[in-house]
Amino acid sequence: MDFQLSEDQKALQAGIRSFCESRMPKGKLAEIEHKNGFDAGLWAELAEMDVFGLRLPESDGGVGLGNADAVIVFAELGRRLLAGPLVWTHLAAGLIKGAASGEVVVGGLDLMGPESGPLLVEHLDQLDALLILRPQGVYRVDPRSLSGRPIAAPLDPFTPLHHVEGLPEGELVLGPAEAERLRLEGAALVSGQLLGIAESTLELAAAYAKERHQFGRAIGSFQAIKHMLADMFVRQEVARAAVYAAGATLDDPGVGDVVRAVSTAKIMAGEGAMKNARSCIQIHGGMGFTWEIPAHFYMKRTWVLESVFGTIEEHADRCAELVERSL
Amino acid sequence: MDLRYSESDEKFRTELHAWLEAAVPAHGKPPAGNDWHERRDYDTAWQRKLYDAGYAGINWPKEYGGRDASLTEQLVYYEEIARSGAPYIGVNFVGMLHGGPTLMTEGTVEQKARHLPYILKGEQVWCQGFSEPGAGSDLASISTRAERDGDHYLVTGSKIWCSFAQLADYGELLVRTDPLVPKHKGISWLILPMDAPGIEIRPLRTLAGEGEFSEVFLDHVPVPVENRVGKENDGWRVTNVTLRFERGTAFASEMVQLQQFVAELVALAKKVTRYDARAWDDVALRRALGHVAAELDALWAMVKLSVCESTKTGVPGLGGSAIKLYYTELYQRVSELGMRVLGRANLSREDVAGLPNEMVLGKELNSISLAIAAGTSQIQRNIIAERILGMPKEPR
Repeated sequence: MDFQLSEDQKALQAGIRSFCESRMPKGKLAEIEHKNGFDAGLWAELAEMDVFGLRLPESDGGVGLGNADAVIVFAELGRRLLAGPLVWTHLAAGLIKGAASGEVVVGGLDLMGPESGPLLVEHLDQLDALLILRPQGVYRVDPRSLSGRPIAAPLDPFTPLHHVEGLPEGELVLGPAEAERLRLEGAALVSGQLLGIAESTLELAAAYAKERHQFGRAIGSFQAIKHMLADMFVRQEVARAAVYAAGATLDDPGVGDVVRAVSTAKIMAGEGAMKNARSCIQIHGGMGFTWEIPAHFYMKRTWVLESVFGTIEEHADRCAELVERSL
Repeated sequence: MDLRYSESDEKFRTELHAWLEAAVPAHGKPPAGNDWHERRDYDTAWQRKLYDAGYAGINWPKEYGGRDASLTEQLVYYEEIARSGAPYIGVNFVGMLHGGPTLMTEGTVEQKARHLPYILKGEQVWCQGFSEPGAGSDLASISTRAERDGDHYLVTGSKIWCSFAQLADYGELLVRTDPLVPKHKGISWLILPMDAPGIEIRPLRTLAGEGEFSEVFLDHVPVPVENRVGKENDGWRVTNVTLRFERGTAFASEMVQLQQFVAELVALAKKVTRYDARAWDDVALRRALGHVAAELDALWAMVKLSVCESTKTGVPGLGGSAIKLYYTELYQRVSELGMRVLGRANLSREDVAGLPNEMVLGKELNSISLAIAAGTSQIQRNIIAERILGMPKEPR
């Protein structure tokens, strides 16, 4: 057992981190917000960085890395709130030609959860292909065949939505076991993004707490603020452990129960991101309620990520079921 | 990033598992009630069995008689000890988990020889004399005085929350050796022989009704100067070594045990009824149980991450504060869930109608102390915010 980042993984993390920081520097979020979040140039660069082909075997033109590596990369994408159907295109690599190289932008819909609300498709205008996860299998649908109404005011300004009425059956591309597998991998990758949000919101809040003065002192010297920050740190570390464990367990199912590991990651990262984003806003005080301070973008993206590949409630129910089965 | 135990780890697990399967039932049940001398005999006899089998001091270096197991073998050890229902470390806690390790890091050759082999065999029981009625979270403000008198110190003051003081042979004792300098700079760390003249021990009744803790009064108690660990007035640094051990992986086995407790609660929830249905059919309760099961898995992954990251310098890092904080608060949520599963039956501390009241209520009452002992949750938050996140210090 060597449950920590390897030298290669540290290099991978550093590389993608500096790339994301250069393309999404401070203040950039507010500036690109009106562009609907999708940047074709950035997409091509991400493909060049192997974000999509990361887990594709080298023989198929990929890098041949595993889920443990992928969650590290997606944590970095989450840290800087990179937008677009990143997880779906990554999942589609090897399944849909052109996904890995970034030429084909793939989105998706997860219909395997217990919820049956309105069908909201993310980034529909940008999509070249749409994957649908159903209990019966993975289906491919031509996004241009969908008729939908654009949502004028999506919660996350970087995640445009279409309300779609009715879905075609589509073409069955993978069976039910693979659908289940893709959903688990998707949940792990999204958990990675959520971990990144838990980290960056702590970073923002901690920096502000050192610099903002009230009552003649940095607000970070008050225990009321310190204890919020300490709780944010704990949530970040618990989420990190759970997300890394999910990646490692997906790669080597011999080390634990894959479903339980992924559910744990989605719960801990989801809560870490949500609570840290809220604390980040709170620590910024009145400024936290403005559009100008990016804290709100993190909270809004967290709602988007919470809604896919199983909510906290669904995963907690699953964990309960797994404990019951282990009796 | 690899979670797989190596073949030699698994071989170690198989051997340990086989030994525990025979040894645990043979050791019998712990003595009931408040007879602490019976408790001492039970706990130290178990420590001796561990020693004879080569499993005592799993993380202690070989030169002190320990097993010097790899970090992953230590994880295996904690997992197997918990799963086997082996006796809790009990009265050996202070000596094995932080007193002994402090001597290894800071003690003289003579101090090591005088104590370590005996702690390891269960022949020396230690207690802790750190907190005082006037010095809890602000530990460095202790006022127990040690005045030099030839080759002895004469110690006068009082200590509180000393677990097992009434049956310990030695104590970790913090004293003020220089009252004229700033509080952190005038402290020394002494080994207190509990049979020295001038010591009075009064058991404290905790909210659990038990007398595990004592108050210790010291009146001109002679302690040989050679019992000082570290330099005179350098005791605060030594104390921090002790505290890091205390907050490190000391709770590892209990974490695994808590996972088992959640499974027991699921089984219990399937047995007890609410509104003519099983408690288990209550979605909110079931979800809450699933949630804490996930949290415990995440906590254990966090321990693995921390263990793998810690180098073999021997002293656990500051991350221990995050683990301690999360674990103790999670423990409280789990034990409260246990109370809710029992329903009104939780008014009885003894088993009623075939329900495991004693265990569930034991957990619930004990859980309250966890967030206070070894640095309250609030102190852990200060440590995390100031030493990890770099927040400005509180005016002190």
